[in-house]
Amino acid sequence: MIAVIRSTGSNFASVRFAVERLGRTVTVTEDPDVIRAASHVILPGVGSAATGMRRLEEAGLVEVIPTLTQPVLGICLGMQVMFEGSDEGDVNGLGIFRGTVRQLEAAHDHPVPHMGWNTVSFRDNKSASVLADVPDAGWAYFVHSFAAPVGPDTVATTAYTESFTSVVARDNFVGVQFHPERSAEYGSAIIRSFLRA
Amino acid sequence: MLARRIIPCLDVRDGVVVKGVRFEGHRVVGDIVDLAIRYRQEGADELVFYDITASPQARTVDVAWVERVASEIDIPFCVAGGIRSVADADRILSAGADKISVNTPAVKSPSLIDALVEAFGSQCVVIGIDSKRIGGEYTVHANTGDPAQTEVAPLRTFDWVDEVQDRGAGEIVLNCMSYDGVRTGYDLAQLGGVRERCSVPLIASGGAGSAEHFRDAFDEVRVDGCLAASVFHSGELAIPDLKAFLADAGILVRR
Repeated sequence: MIAVIRSTGSNFASVRFAVERLGRTVTVTEDPDVIRAASHVILPGVGSAATGMRRLEEAGLVEVIPTLTQPVLGICLGMQVMFEGSDEGDVNGLGIFRGTVRQLEAAHDHPVPHMGWNTVSFRDNKSASVLADVPDAGWAYFVHSFAAPVGPDTVATTAYTESFTSVVARDNFVGVQFHPERSAEYGSAIIRSFLRA
Repeated sequence: MLARRIIPCLDVRDGVVVKGVRFEGHRVVGDIVDLAIRYRQEGADELVFYDITASPQARTVDVAWVERVASEIDIPFCVAGGIRSVADADRILSAGADKISVNTPAVKSPSLIDALVEAFGSQCVVIGIDSKRIGGEYTVHANTGDPAQTEVAPLRTFDWVDEVQDRGAGEIVLNCMSYDGVRTGYDLAQLGGVRERCSVPLIASGGAGSAEHFRDAFDEVRVDGCLAASVFHSGELAIPDLKAFLADAGILVRR
C-alpha cells in the first residue's frame, strides 16, 4: 500500500492522481499506523514551512517520519521540511537531510518564486539513492521561493540565481524540490522509479 | 536554466471552453478535458482555465471538472474565476489545481490576497489584472467576463501591480484588454511598464497572433510566460512549431 500524507498542504490530490496514472492505488492518510505499514510513503506539500511543520505536529507525525524504514519521497515543501531547518519562519525541520533551507533572492531576469520548467541534473552519487534508474537529466516543473543549498545529501542540482538542490537523498529517504506529479514524462519516471525501490 | 513558458488559456463557460473577441461574443471551441489533453500532448507548459461566467453570476467554479483535469493531465494548471474566499480556493486546490488566479474579488477586497497567501503560500496565488488605457493612464477593469457588467476600477494598473506584490502574490497575469482576441501582438509598451516593477513571474496575455509576437514579448519585455487562446484554438499556430521557432530565435523553451 502506498501512503500519501495529507497533512502538509493541498497538492495531495494531484500526487494521488499521478500515482494512479501509473496503475497503482493510494491511501491518503495522516494515521501514523497506516503510514508505518505502507510499502512506500509520499509526503507532498505546498505552502509555508511553519504551517507544514505545525500540521505534521498536530497529526503526531514529527517523530514518526524520521523513523520510517520503507522508501519515503518528499515533494516540494514535503522535501524542505525533511531538512534540519528552514529560514522560512525560522522553523526546525525533521532533520533527515543535512542542511538548512534558504530564501531565493530575486535578481534581474530571475523573478522569485522560481516558477516553471527547469532542468534537473543528477550527480555521480545518484546510484546510491532510491532514484537510481531515472534519466540523468530532464525537465521538471518548479514552484518555490525557498531552496536547499547544495550539500552532502544532494544528488541532483538545478541552476537559477544559484545552483540549488533539486533532488536530495539519504538512506531510504529522497526529496525533490520540483513537482513530479506535474512534470510530464520526467515526473512519471521519477515516481515510477521511487515505487520500484 | 528556467524555460520561458507557453500557456494556452481556456475560457470556460457552463462547463465548455469558449472564446470571444475583445471579451465579447463567446463561441464554443471544445470540451475542457479533451482540449487540456490535446495541449499537454502538443507541449504546452501550463494551462490556465478561466471560468469567465463566475464573477458576474456570483458563483464559484464547479470543482468536478477541476478534478477531471487534475486526474488526466500531468502538467501544471491554474484555475481562475469567482474565487472570493480562502474556502473557495481550498476547494479548487484540493481538487488538484496547482494555482488559483484571482482578479475581480482581489480588486474589490485586496486583503483577500493576504489571506490566500497566508493559507496556501505565494506560489499558489496568481493575480490576474485586466487593464487598458483610459485617458493616457493604464487602468484596472473588473467583472470583464460579462460586457454588461464590466466596470472601471478606481485603480491605476502600475499601482495595483505594486500592491499585489506587497500583499504576497506569486505571479501576475497582465491581460491587455484592447489587444485581447485581435491577434496583432502583445501590448509590449504596457507589459514593459509592468515588467520594470514586477519581481515575481509576469505572464503576458492578450493579442498573440503569430510566433513572432511570442518572440517579441520574451525578447523585448522578458516576460516569463505568454498566454494565448484563439491562436491555439483555431489551429493556426501549433505549439511544437511555435517552440521550434522560439528555440531558433535563441529563447530557451522546454521541448
